[in-house]
Amino acid sequence: MTTALVAQDIANQLNANYPGVNTEVNNNAVIIDSKSLLSLMTYLKITPGLDFNYLTTITAIDYYQQFEVVYLLVSMEHNQSLTVKTRCNREDPVLPSVTSLWRSADLQEREIYDLMGITFEGHPNMKRLVLWPEFQGHPQRRDYLQ
Amino acid sequence: MTLRTEPFIMNMGPVHPSTHGVFRMRVTLDGEVVIDMEPVFGYLHRGIEKLAEERTYLGVIPLTDRLDYLASMTNNFGYCLAVEKLAKIPVPERAEYIRVIMAELQRLAAHLISVGSFLNDAGAYFTPFLYMFRERERIIDLFEMVSGQRLLYNYMRPGGVSQDLPEEFIPALQELLKQMKGYMQEYENLLKDNEILGARAKGVGILTRDMAINIGASGPVLRASGMKWDIRKVDPYSIYNRFEFDIPTGVQGDCYDRYRVRVEEMKQSLRILEQAYQKIPAGPYHTEVPQLIRPPVGETYAHIEAPTGELGFYLVSDGGIAPYRCHVRAPSLMNLTALRDMVKGWKIQDTILTFGSIAITMGEVDR
Repeated sequence: MTTALVAQDIANQLNANYPGVNTEVNNNAVIIDSKSLLSLMTYLKITPGLDFNYLTTITAIDYYQQFEVVYLLVSMEHNQSLTVKTRCNREDPVLPSVTSLWRSADLQEREIYDLMGITFEGHPNMKRLVLWPEFQGHPQRRDYLQ
Repeated sequence: MTLRTEPFIMNMGPVHPSTHGVFRMRVTLDGEVVIDMEPVFGYLHRGIEKLAEERTYLGVIPLTDRLDYLASMTNNFGYCLAVEKLAKIPVPERAEYIRVIMAELQRLAAHLISVGSFLNDAGAYFTPFLYMFRERERIIDLFEMVSGQRLLYNYMRPGGVSQDLPEEFIPALQELLKQMKGYMQEYENLLKDNEILGARAKGVGILTRDMAINIGASGPVLRASGMKWDIRKVDPYSIYNRFEFDIPTGVQGDCYDRYRVRVEEMKQSLRILEQAYQKIPAGPYHTEVPQLIRPPVGETYAHIEAPTGELGFYLVSDGGIAPYRCHVRAPSLMNLTALRDMVKGWKIQDTILTFGSIAITMGEVDR
């Protein structure tokens, strides 16, 4: 069985190691501020005992006031999983890209950019994935009119 | 005299016999050698994730059929598991067995196509492909028996399956399992030590273990690179922990290893089927579930080992009758991430072979 790690423990660990990052917990998911996302993700990936070497999936959810981006991490070595979330506003949706840590983010971040309209800074090839380049709008948003 | 050369850009696809659907490879060539490759897709994008937001939880099932249209049963399975997890719906014992039987039959059918089309891409034009289709037809007959459909089954439901097994199903399955062993031997005699296949596929399109993990590869592609990772074992869902089976792995992650892993997996599926049909209990085949399922507010992720890899559904419920968000973790899409690195420096015909060995389904890539 893949054990889902207790998010509160991880959040405490992150808050202790990175003072001022202000990590919260909700529904057994660690919620990280987008400014410190990259450094905390690096910590989760390289720290012995955590070793989250596999990024299963990234997805974005539109909550009207804000976007929530969910990262599902798996450590193949310890067979453990962790849900990490981050949030960004709808006016200027920009998040740091995690492609430098996990290349599995490559196509998925492009897909989120395409359908949800969140730009990932630092992504090597931030273009639309499934829709054509001239397409206007981001159809996965809740307020997109068909 | 030196000859001045320049790189040549060629579009392979979107309509090309080796692209397994509508997929375009924008290949930059230096003579015959691929120096760069950019995959272009989206031709089959139907917006299934968006469509799911305006259907009821039951109404999404036919959409999942159309994700990986070569493995509809497994897609149904993955989605139903997610809904059950979200709405806490129990599944009766008999339904669990029926689901495992269907999922493994589907794995057989999907791998038959993957292996067959891979050999097609290797240049064994349509001979092995039609051998594989002969057996796949038998499996499809079984699916037709239970669901009335040949390709898009719409068979599983949250809480069970839509119909019980008909009387003639188990004898037909027994007969198929008996014959499959002979068929598998036929493939092995024809292909396993085939010199031409070895020359074409061994050492070509290598995906290292670390790279496979980093790009989020799963299924046969990951296992061929030497990583023993199968959701059925590492995070058992349904009743997979009751069956005995092994996880075949490859050594170096080349095209030949990916082909071998698929063939070995078919043998393991046969093992699971042997065990499953003998133990299938009597009893109800589904739980009574209301037409409009209203799961409590929350979110969940359920994943299964589909023929192409880890298929996951991320469902968010706002307490209404339709999913607030339904994200599909598509293994075919993830497995494509490293294609560029795998084909760089190889000849153009190796590109076709490497692409064939990943065995993607465009319905799942584009969604």
